[in-house]
Amino acid sequence: MDWHFVFSQALTQAIGPTMLVYALGAIGLNLQFGYTGLLNFGQAAFAAVGAYGLALAVVAFGLPFWWGIIVGLGCAVVLALLMGIPTLRLRADYLAIVTIAAAEIVRRLFRATVWSEHTGGSDGMRGFSDPFFELNPLSEDATWTFAFLSMDSGRLTVDFGLFDLQYSHRDLWVMTIGWALVAFFCIVLALLVHSPWGRVLKGIREDEEAVRSLGKNVFAYKMQALVIGGLIGAVAGFVFALSRANVQPDTFSTDFTFYFYVVLILGGAARIFGPVLGAALFWFLYTIFSQGLSQAITADLISPELINQTQVGPLVFFLLGLGMVLLLIFRPQGILGNKRELMLDVR
Amino acid sequence: MSDKAQPDEAPFDETQSGEAPEAEAAAPPAEDKNARAGIAAARASLADVRPEPGAPKQDAILNATGVRRAFGGLVAVDVAHLEVQRGTITALIGPNGAGKTTFFNLLTGFDRPSRGEWVFDGRRADRMRSYQVARAGMVRTFQLTKALTRMSVMDNMLIGAADQIGERFWAGLIPPLWKAQEAANRAKAMELLERFKLIDKREDYAGELSGGQRKLLEMARALMLDPKMVMLDEPMAGVNPALKQTLLEHIKNLREEGMTVLFVEHDMDMVHEIADWVAVMAAGQLITEGTPDQISADRRVIDAYLGAHHDAAQR
Repeated sequence: MDWHFVFSQALTQAIGPTMLVYALGAIGLNLQFGYTGLLNFGQAAFAAVGAYGLALAVVAFGLPFWWGIIVGLGCAVVLALLMGIPTLRLRADYLAIVTIAAAEIVRRLFRATVWSEHTGGSDGMRGFSDPFFELNPLSEDATWTFAFLSMDSGRLTVDFGLFDLQYSHRDLWVMTIGWALVAFFCIVLALLVHSPWGRVLKGIREDEEAVRSLGKNVFAYKMQALVIGGLIGAVAGFVFALSRANVQPDTFSTDFTFYFYVVLILGGAARIFGPVLGAALFWFLYTIFSQGLSQAITADLISPELINQTQVGPLVFFLLGLGMVLLLIFRPQGILGNKRELMLDVR
Repeated sequence: MSDKAQPDEAPFDETQSGEAPEAEAAAPPAEDKNARAGIAAARASLADVRPEPGAPKQDAILNATGVRRAFGGLVAVDVAHLEVQRGTITALIGPNGAGKTTFFNLLTGFDRPSRGEWVFDGRRADRMRSYQVARAGMVRTFQLTKALTRMSVMDNMLIGAADQIGERFWAGLIPPLWKAQEAANRAKAMELLERFKLIDKREDYAGELSGGQRKLLEMARALMLDPKMVMLDEPMAGVNPALKQTLLEHIKNLREEGMTVLFVEHDMDMVHEIADWVAVMAAGQLITEGTPDQISADRRVIDAYLGAHHDAAQR
């Protein structure tokens, strides 16, 4: 059994482009859910309008790439206002219901056959990412070696002996931008949650009536949190769409939102680095389970009668679900969370 | 929130700190000694007011007319007229279900009236939202104490401060804009925490405080807004006798500082001890007003609490 391969794959994924999408989505969710207590079950919709806003603007309307980014962000703001205005004055659960429904509506709209000549229907769209990759300073056919780094016609290998990391030059460009965005949003969030503005958000999470009685416009703060979290969700959508160079409506299903929640709770909600650590850990575990099992079957360590290759996928999700349950029992605050804080909540 | 033990430990002895235990230990002399200006002024301002519902006052901070709140067919509150004299402690009493808390919620903007209008401190307040009412200077507490449990005691205090620059989203990103104001608020919070005997708990989570300490915290937090009028919804509910005395002293201090207090209460002993004026509600209506002594002697109040036919039953 090729342990080197399994570990290399897992660690490659743990800091790779996909993980960045989940980290960004969960950072937005962290502001909404972790700090403000807003139950946004439609983060996938924010990612979807971001991704489709970009794709439609560039492909269907022929706008420049940067206009596409602005359109995507604008769509996220509009979506946040649409969902927030009717529900944020009401009890917390109304937002949850509206966001989960809105996310499905958004996905169905992009999937609708009526506009399929523009949106591609369930096939989605491609052809909007070229301007992004044209900015890539890494050349496609670079070949060089430096210490444990080697570049072989655009494919970087970082050799650590026990394992190695491998990325294509496109992945590297997505990762450069993605990690820069993660760092940027972590800094912004750290500044915000340690400011009086963030203090009001935490107060709303604890008891919005009390905060209202102290002269704060709770509705406005909740709206700001929903919009900013949604904008970060749209940025996650950009990175998702660009890393795959296509958009497809069914990738923005409710599962997507719930993986953001898994990532957030795993890392620790209401912690700046919770989403980043959670996303890295989630993709490490996912890859190590799926690659490990599939290697074990190939190497005949597990009898094919017990499980076969096609059953690995579902089994991995079963194991991740089990892990989530164990986490909630033994470390409900997540990896970075504060136990003392959580005990107060239970009381 | 990384400012742990700061050098703000400096004692604030000159202010009201240390007064509460003194008053607790030897209540009557301490009170006589301080026979204070506020209480005298409050009593004097109400001396000529006739004990009848809706009685006009010479300087009313709150002036409400025709306040009505119906839930479907049920009229919970229907107060024809009520004036609250500035600088006094006014109690709002009445049997269960009289509509006191509903009336309270209406005045503070936490509920919308079916009709009615009122003026608070010269401004129409019946269309204001709850946060606008608080900004106008009328700050409330809750019957079930609302401490922000997973925030430190200090953060609970700081969130109370009004007009914070750093509470704007953009300014929050630029600490130099609000650091100075934050430091001033922190100093003010330290002073209040010292007075309310919570200074040693300032880095604890509010959820770790006892029920009584949470009551104190809620009152101290309300004072961060420099209110003109403090609305206390059953401040003594579930408070042990020792703490009750402390709370009473704190409420009396509010009057000495020129604030007006309106509180909902059941306990007539407490009403007698601190209230300058009492308004009585029953079945949603204001049935009478008067000084505590006048109210105790009022037939209508006894009827309202015990039912009109209690004498007949006793015979």
